[in-house]
Amino acid sequence: MAKVELKSVVKRFGDVRVVHGIDLEIADNEFIVLVGPSGCGKSTILRMVAGLESISDGEIYIGDRCVNEVDPKSRNVAMVFQNYALYPHMTVHDNMGFSLDMAKRPQKEINEKVRKAASMLELEPYLDRKPEALSGGQRQRVAMGRAIVRQPDVFLFDEPLSNLDAQLRTQMRMELKKLHMKFSTTTIYVTHDQIEAMTLADRIVILKDGLIQQVGTPVEVYEKPANVFVAQFIGNPPMNILEGTVARDQGRLGVRTKRSFFPLQEDRKNLWEGQKVLFGLRPDAIKIGDSLNRIPPEWRCTAQVELTEILGGQSLLDLVVDDEISLIAEVEGRVQMQAGSSVEVGFCFDRVVLFDPETEEALSSVAQLEGTAEGTTPERDIAHKKEIEVHTN
Amino acid sequence: MERKLSPATIVLYVVLGILVILYLMPAYMALVTALKSPAEISLPTAWEWPSVINWSSFSEALDLLKPNLVNSLILTVCATALSTVLGSLNGYVFSKWTFRGSEIIFTLFLFGMFIPYQVILIPLFQTLRAMNLYGGLPGLILAHVVYGLPITSLIFRNFYAQIPTALIESARLDGAGFFSIYTRVVFPLSIPGFVVTSLWQFTQIWNEFLWGITLTRHSENPITVGLAQLAGGQAVSWNLPMAGSILAAIPVLLIYVFLGRYFIRGLLAGSVKG
Ligand SMILES: Nc1ncnc2c1ncn2[C@@H]1O[C@H](COP(=O)(O)OP(=O)(O)O)[C@@H](O)[C@H]1O
Ligand SMILES: [Mg+2]
Repeated sequence: MAKVELKSVVKRFGDVRVVHGIDLEIADNEFIVLVGPSGCGKSTILRMVAGLESISDGEIYIGDRCVNEVDPKSRNVAMVFQNYALYPHMTVHDNMGFSLDMAKRPQKEINEKVRKAASMLELEPYLDRKPEALSGGQRQRVAMGRAIVRQPDVFLFDEPLSNLDAQLRTQMRMELKKLHMKFSTTTIYVTHDQIEAMTLADRIVILKDGLIQQVGTPVEVYEKPANVFVAQFIGNPPMNILEGTVARDQGRLGVRTKRSFFPLQEDRKNLWEGQKVLFGLRPDAIKIGDSLNRIPPEWRCTAQVELTEILGGQSLLDLVVDDEISLIAEVEGRVQMQAGSSVEVGFCFDRVVLFDPETEEALSSVAQLEGTAEGTTPERDIAHKKEIEVHTN
Repeated sequence: MERKLSPATIVLYVVLGILVILYLMPAYMALVTALKSPAEISLPTAWEWPSVINWSSFSEALDLLKPNLVNSLILTVCATALSTVLGSLNGYVFSKWTFRGSEIIFTLFLFGMFIPYQVILIPLFQTLRAMNLYGGLPGLILAHVVYGLPITSLIFRNFYAQIPTALIESARLDGAGFFSIYTRVVFPLSIPGFVVTSLWQFTQIWNEFLWGITLTRHSENPITVGLAQLAGGQAVSWNLPMAGSILAAIPVLLIYVFLGRYFIRGLLAGSVKG
C-alpha cells in the first residue's frame, strides 16, 4: 500500500529524450492506466518506477521514499510483463513462490501463500506443471499469481493482456478489475488499448510523445478531452471533429457551419464572433428517430446516409451534413437505411467540445468541467478516493 | 511412399558417397594397419584386410600411452570445465549486464579468437616461466583456459541473447541478485550451451599438439605428444601408432555419441524457436 509520485521525470536514451518531464501523483489504492500510441514512452515510465531503467532527471517516490537510487528488489513492486516472463524451467508453484524463496521465507509459508493465490486464480490443478504445458490464459494467471503472492506496495502491468485473443482478453480484464477490488493495491497499468483504459482505470493518463496530454477519470477524458488528440484516441469510433465559426444568431452564441447554426447551451466569455473553431461531437451524441425528442429543434438538421453498419445492439451510421461534413453516429438499435437517403439528426450540443484549430487544445475545458457530463455516461463513484492533485504539462 | 529419383538427387548422392569414402579412407587405413601384425605391414598390401587379426597392438599401445592419456584427461577435463564456466559467466555479463563500454571490451575479447596458437607461443612460454608454471600441467591448463575464453564467451553470449531479458528483469524484481539470477534462472536454462561449449573445448584441447610439446616436460606430455613420439622413432612398427590414434580418438568419439544430439540441438537453438 503506497502512493506513487513522479516529479518532472525525464528519460534520455543517449541524446534522445523520450520522456519529457512527467508530473503525476498516484493515490494509495488507485488504479492508474497509462495509455497512448506505441512508442510514446509508457513502458519506459513504468520501467523507471520498477527500477529497470535509470531516471535521467526528476524524482520518483514510492510511499514517502525517493526511489531514484533504490535497487528494483528493494522497491517492493511487482511487475507483470507482456510476454509473462515466466521461468520456463520452474513449475507453476516455483514460479509463484520464487520471490518468497528469494526473501528466504520458510517453505511452509511459501506453500501456503502459493496455494492461496493459486486457488484464487483457479490454478491449483496446474501447480506442478511447467509453463510450456499451459495455455496463454493460464500463463497470464501464473504471471498475476506471481505478483500477488508477494503482496507488493505497487502492481505494475505492461500490456499484460495484449497476447491473448479478444475473448480471453475481455474475461481477464474483468478478473483483473475484481482482483484490484479485492486487494486495493496501487496499480499502474500500461496499455495502448483505450477500451482497457476506459474499463479498468480510476484515472487515465493519456500520453503522446513522452508528454502527458490529459489526466482524468474515464468519464472526464471521454466527455471533456483536453485536446484533439485525446478526443480521437479515446473512444471508438473516435470523436467527430468538425470545422465551424463562432457566431451570434437571435442573441444566442453558437457555432456556424456552411449552412447550419447550432447555438451553444450557454454563453462563453472566451469566445468571440468570427472565431474559427473545431467542434467535437461523440458518435453517441448524435441522435436519430425516437431519441430526437430529447433534442431541441435548433440542434437538429438533415443528413445524408452514406453507410450503415449494424453492431448488434447498436448501429454505426456514416452521415454527411451540409453536403460536405462527414460524421459517424452511434445509435441504439438496428438501423437499416438506404445509402443516399435523408434522415433528420439531432446533436447533443450540450456535450460539444470546442477546440482551437491552431493549438488543437480544448477551449475553456476547465470552465466546462462543472457543466454537463452527468447523465450522458454512467458516472463512476470516485468519491471514496482521496483528493488528488493533477499537474499536466 | 514411392518417389522417383530425379537426376539431381542421383548426382547429389553420388557426390556424397564419394565424399564419405574419401573421409573414411584414413580411418580404414588406421584400423587395418592397427589390426595387422608388424610383419604383415608393407606398402603393396597396405589396403588389404589383415590375414590374421592381431589385437595385441592395442594393449601394447595402451601400456605405452597410459601416462599421456592420464595427463590429457586431467588437462582436458580441468581446462574444459574452467573455460566453460568462466565463459558462461562472461556471456551472462556481456548479454544481460551490459555496462558502458562493454561492447568494446567484448569486441577486443573476440580478437583473441583469431590469434593462432603459434603466434603467442614464445610470449606464452616466457609468461609461464615467469609465473613458475612452465613444464607442468597447471601451466598448460591455464594457457588453454585463457585461450579458450573468447570462443566460450562468444558461444554463451549468443546463447544467452535468446533468453528474454524480461526473465532477468522479472527475477530482479523478485529479489534475486547477480549471482542468484545466474544460479537459479540463467544456469538451469543453459545446459545446451554448456554441452556445445564443452564439446568444442574438449575436442580442441584434447587434439592440441604444439603447446603440449613446448610447454610441458616429458612426464607431463599430453596424448598428442605421446602419439607423435610413438610414430617418430627410426624403424616404426606402424601398427602401434595406428592403434594408439584409435585409442586416443575414443574419448572424443564417446562424448559425441552421448552428447551429440544436444550438440545439434544447441547449435540449432538460435535458428529454431523453442
Ligand atoms: N533501451 C532503449 N534505448 C533507446 N531507445 C529506447 C529504449 N527503450 C525505448 N526506447 C525508445 O523510447 C521510446 C518509448 O519507448 P516505450 O516506452 O517502449 O514506448 P511504449 O511502451 O509507449 O510503446 C521509443 O521511441 C523507443 O524507441
Ligand atoms: Mg511498451
